[in-house]
Amino acid sequence: MASDRINIIELRALKIGYGRRILLEDVNTGFGWGEFTALIGRNGTGKSTLLRTIAGLARPMAGTVLVDGQDMAEMTPRQRASKIGFVSTEEIRVSNLRVSDIVGLGRAPYTDWIGKLTDQDRRIVQRSLELVQMEGFAGKGIDTLSDGERQRVMIARALAQDTPIILLDEPTAFLDLPNRYQICLLLRELAHMEKKSIIFSTHDLSVALELCDTMAVIEEGKIGYGTAEALIGDGSIQRLFEGTKLRFDVETKNVRLKE
Amino acid sequence: MKNGIRTKAAFAVLAAVILTLLIADILLGSIYIPLKDIFAAFGWGSSHSGPGGLEPGVVRSIVADIRLPRAIVAVVGGASLAASGLQMQTLFRNPLAGPYVLGVSSGASLGVALFLLGVPLFGLSSGAEIIRNLGVAGAAWIGAAAILLMIMAASARLKDIMTILILGMMVGSAAGALVELLQYLSPEGPLKSYVIWTMGSVGNVTGPQLAILIPVCAAGLVMSVLLIKPLNLLLLGENYARTMGLRIPAVRGMIFLSTTLLAGTVTAYCGPIGFVGIAVPHIARMIFSDADHKILMPASIMAGAAMLLLCDIISQMPGYGMTLPINVVTALLGIPIVITVIVRNRKIL
Repeated sequence: MASDRINIIELRALKIGYGRRILLEDVNTGFGWGEFTALIGRNGTGKSTLLRTIAGLARPMAGTVLVDGQDMAEMTPRQRASKIGFVSTEEIRVSNLRVSDIVGLGRAPYTDWIGKLTDQDRRIVQRSLELVQMEGFAGKGIDTLSDGERQRVMIARALAQDTPIILLDEPTAFLDLPNRYQICLLLRELAHMEKKSIIFSTHDLSVALELCDTMAVIEEGKIGYGTAEALIGDGSIQRLFEGTKLRFDVETKNVRLKE
Repeated sequence: MKNGIRTKAAFAVLAAVILTLLIADILLGSIYIPLKDIFAAFGWGSSHSGPGGLEPGVVRSIVADIRLPRAIVAVVGGASLAASGLQMQTLFRNPLAGPYVLGVSSGASLGVALFLLGVPLFGLSSGAEIIRNLGVAGAAWIGAAAILLMIMAASARLKDIMTILILGMMVGSAAGALVELLQYLSPEGPLKSYVIWTMGSVGNVTGPQLAILIPVCAAGLVMSVLLIKPLNLLLLGENYARTMGLRIPAVRGMIFLSTTLLAGTVTAYCGPIGFVGIAVPHIARMIFSDADHKILMPASIMAGAAMLLLCDIISQMPGYGMTLPINVVTALLGIPIVITVIVRNRKIL
């Protein structure tokens, strides 16, 4: 990576984990502006914890997270909420809660004490729904939607929050294959057209290799970051399959059984 | 955006229902007084009561000193219990949460029992009336706060809805057991006054108690309104709420304070009234089919006032010749609503 590159997120000497368990240590890396990045790693390597730490939901054990040059730990919750939008795996099923209400909640950092939406807020909500192609669902209850539709609504909510960064924890986990591609394509478009930096964790290696600008691969407490080619070049992707009966085929960018 | 006319109409109807019930609660009572006599007693029209009718002075006193305070307590108590129930349901993301179910009312009861039964038991005098009134409220606040703290601490670790409910029941039962022990050890005098208190009544609140009840509950209700936006964000869970800029510890603290004051104070002076806090928010959801607390909070407050007024009217219908414990009525009205919620929609929240 060129050293003069501007990073929107900088991790400095970051150490994360929970309890006595250290997941990542001495992480020094940055994520670029307007990039669509996949976070890859096996179960339990700390993908979620890393995203939660960047989002301010978990405290780092040591080190700092800089967003836009500012230390996250020194920001107020409101300031953080204007920098980073977050989409979790949590399933929201509240009856009577309308799609437009959920997306409207994304405006919370900017609304008054009671959360009243201004005309401009409503326009942003409408536009966010259009960006995820869910404008026809505005008045529907969230509990009546399919998994894929609900995921789109949660992304629209993050868009309405109007942050330069959106983090998503396994946004495609419960989706079928076409839906996975569609959600990832949507995220890629948003990153490129809306100039958002989007980082999402996933187990979908092929989708990530095909659609992402860059990838961050967690292995053995370290993060490798770069383009798919670079990570295949230095063997990071291949090493994900160490100790299994599988191997990564560099030619086809596919996973094969070892002969 | 929202179907505003329908919402406004529903609020208007709710307001009219409260007003009607309020007037009915004042006019009706265990002693039958003809409407004409009530008006006459306050100087509107002349008295025509034949022989056997009550003196205008007596009528005035019954209405102004007994029935009006009683109706006011019903309005404040119902509104307070409903507002605290709604906050608990959203905070715990649990449609079956409420001050009674989670053991908060039991905690308040234990506090009151310790004060009403424990103080005489140890040979102490509870002192002047003002001390006694504040003591009952303070004991109820402490008891309610202790249980609520326990449940909140547990809910940070246990995410399962059922576990929290069962925990609330267990803690409530433990408080109940301690109360029974106190009852067993107590002499007849304090025991009787405690047992009457447990049956619940909006009619035993004295003037000085009213002077504590109203401002404290008003403060709790103001906090409930200030919590509308945080509660809306909490609908998506604490993680989402935090990434949208909510200060979770501050909000939890404020919900804690508000629910303790609301449920604790009402319990202190009216007894542990069940099924208003849990059922009324669902009535509000059914009427308005909305999840937004900008609508649900005022709707629950109003519906809570209406429900307790209605329960009070039923509890002293003319013709019984006596007043039923209000707990009997709130349970019989509230339980069908709770059952409907369980059966019809297991994922209402």
